[in-house]
Amino acid sequence: MMRSPRLALYITMTTFVLAFLISASQYPSMLSTRVVANLLTDNAFLGLTAVGMTFVILSGGIDLSVGSVIAFSGVFLAVILRDTSMHPLVAFVLLLMVTTAFGAAMGSIIHYLEMPPFIVTLAGMFLMRGLAYVLSTDSVPITHPFYDTIQDVVWKAPGGGRFRLIGGIMILAYIVAMIVLHKTRFGRNVYALGGSAGTARLMGVPIARTTITIYAIGGGLAGLAGIVYSIYTSAGYSLATVGVELDAIAAVVIGGTLLSGGSGYVAGTFFGILIMGLIQTYIVFDGTLSSWWTKIVIGGLLFAFIMLQKALGWATTKGRRPASESATQS
Amino acid sequence: MKIKTALLVSAMALVPVGAWAADKTVGFSQIGSESGWRAAETTVTKEQAAERGIDLKFADAQQKQENQIKALRGFIAQGVDAILLAPVVATGWDSVLEEAKDAEIPVILLDRKVDAPDDLYMTAVTSDTVYEGEVAGQWLVDTVGEEPCRVVELQGTTGSSPAIDRKAGFEKAISDHPNIEIVRSQTGDFTRAQGKVVMESFLKAEGAENICALYAHNDDMAVGAIQAIKEAGAAPGSDILVVAIDAVPDMHLAIANGEANATVELTPNMAGPAFDILEAYWADGTEPEKWVQTESKRFTADDDNQAVYEMKKGLGY
Repeated sequence: MMRSPRLALYITMTTFVLAFLISASQYPSMLSTRVVANLLTDNAFLGLTAVGMTFVILSGGIDLSVGSVIAFSGVFLAVILRDTSMHPLVAFVLLLMVTTAFGAAMGSIIHYLEMPPFIVTLAGMFLMRGLAYVLSTDSVPITHPFYDTIQDVVWKAPGGGRFRLIGGIMILAYIVAMIVLHKTRFGRNVYALGGSAGTARLMGVPIARTTITIYAIGGGLAGLAGIVYSIYTSAGYSLATVGVELDAIAAVVIGGTLLSGGSGYVAGTFFGILIMGLIQTYIVFDGTLSSWWTKIVIGGLLFAFIMLQKALGWATTKGRRPASESATQS
Repeated sequence: MKIKTALLVSAMALVPVGAWAADKTVGFSQIGSESGWRAAETTVTKEQAAERGIDLKFADAQQKQENQIKALRGFIAQGVDAILLAPVVATGWDSVLEEAKDAEIPVILLDRKVDAPDDLYMTAVTSDTVYEGEVAGQWLVDTVGEEPCRVVELQGTTGSSPAIDRKAGFEKAISDHPNIEIVRSQTGDFTRAQGKVVMESFLKAEGAENICALYAHNDDMAVGAIQAIKEAGAAPGSDILVVAIDAVPDMHLAIANGEANATVELTPNMAGPAFDILEAYWADGTEPEKWVQTESKRFTADDDNQAVYEMKKGLGY
C-alpha cells in the first residue's frame, strides 16, 4: 500500500497540473514561457521562506517571524548600502549571520525554556518588525550598481519569458533542502523530532541541537528571502511582506506536510507555492474577479488538503487496525 | 439635476465615440481600497473603460507591492495594450517597467509617481497638491476681501506629502494678504474624529467669536470640525467659514446645507485623462507630456451641491 505522505505529494502535483491545464484552456497565453518565468521570479522570496517553514513544520513547530525578518532584511540592506560604502556581498553575509543567529536564539528559547514555538516566534515577529521601523519608516531605494548587475542576470527564453537569478536561487534551495532532509542524519532527526519528541529522545536524537539548527535554518532562509526580496524591488520597506509567514504555512500544508509534523516533502511545498502563484496569475488574467478570491481559493484548498490528510491518515490506520484488534481479541 | 445632465453631456462630448479604443485591453493595477477616495477612483475607472468600450483587467493589490509587480507581469504575459498603475510605493519599479517597455506596452501612472527613469513610463496623471491648497487659499482671499480674518488650520498627517503641499499652497495664496492670518495650526491626522477633537481645542483656546475661518487639509477633518463648531454654539458656514479639500460627498452635503463654504476637488477620475492620452496615442502616435495634471475644481455654494452629492454617493466614497 502507498504511504500517505507520498500520496499527498502526488495529489498536490496533480492538482497543480490540472489547474494549469484548466487555466491554459481558458487563456491560451498562460502556456507561455513568460508565465512560467513569472511564477518562479515572483514567488522566489515566498518559495525560499517556505523551504525554511517546511523544516520547522516537519519538526512539529511553527515560525511566525519570517515575514518580519524579510522586511527587516530589506530595510537593513537598504540602510547599510545607503549609509556606508560596504559591498552588498559583505552586507549579505552580515545579514545572513544576523538572521541565522536570530533563528538560533528563538530555537534555544523554545528548547531550553520549553516555550511554545507559537509564542516565541510571535515575539520574534514583533521584534523584527519593530527593528525594521526603527531603521526607517520610509521605503529606502537601493541604487548600488551591484544590484543592477544582479538584476541583469537574466536568461531570455524564446517566447519572451525572463528567467532571473532569484528564481534560480529558489530552485537551488529546494534541491539542497531535499538532499539535506532525505540524505543526511540531520534530515532524519527532523522527521523523528516531528513524529514524536519523546520517541526521538529515546532514539538518541540530539533534541537541543536539532531544534536550534531547524530554527536557525528558518531564520537564515528568511534572511535569504529578504535579500531576494530586496533584489526583486530594489528597495527596503518596513511595511513590506506583512502576513507572508501565513502564505508560507499555507504553501507547506497545501504541499502535503502534516501541520503536526513528522510527515511531508519539501517538493510538495514547491508545488504548493506554484499553485498559489497560479491562482493569482489566473485572477490577473481574468481581470474581473476581485483579487480577494485568491484568499478564498487558498482557504478552500487549505481546508480540502487538511481534510485529505485526515482521510489519508484514517485510511492508513484503518488498514492496520483490524489486524491489531484481532490480535488483542485473540 | 442640471449639473448631472451637463456633466453627462460634456463627458459624452469628450469621448471620441470610442473609435480608437474599441477592442483594446487595458490592465489596471490598483493599490487597494483603503480610503473612500480610492474606492471611488476604482469605480470611476471601470465606468470610464466601459463607456469607451475598453476591456479593463482590474487587479487589487491589497496594499502590497509584490502583488502589484505580479499583476503587472501578468498583464505583460497576457499582452494587454496598455497598463495603468497606481503605485503603492515610489521605489522598486525599474525592472518590471523595463519588461513592459521591452514588450512595447505603454504604462501610465495614476495619482502617484515613482522613482524610476521617466523613459520607463509614458506619463503620470496626478493632481497638484500644492495647487489644491492655493485654490482653497484664493477662495478665502476672494471671500473676505480686506476684512481681517483669523484662520485656524487642521493639518493632515504630520510629514505626509499632501499635508506639506496643501499647507504650502494655502500659505502661498494668502502671503500677500496680511489681513489673513493663520493663528493656530495642528494635525488632525486626516480623520473625522481627530478633526473634531482638535477643533474643540481651537474653539476653547481662541473662542468661537475670534475665529473667522477654518482651513482643513481634507474634507473628513472639516466634517468633524463642523460638528465641534455646532456643539460650541456657533454656526459653521457663517460665523466661521469652512474651506477644505477633496470634495467628498459629505462635504457637498454640508455645503448644500450651508454648514460649509468651499471645497477643492481631488478628482477620482484619473483614468479619464489617461484613456484620452491612450486614445490619442493609438490614433496617431501622439506622445503626451511626462506629467498630466488633473483639474482642481472649486465647489462653493454657487454650485448645485445636492446634485453632486447624489451623483457621488454611489461611487463608493
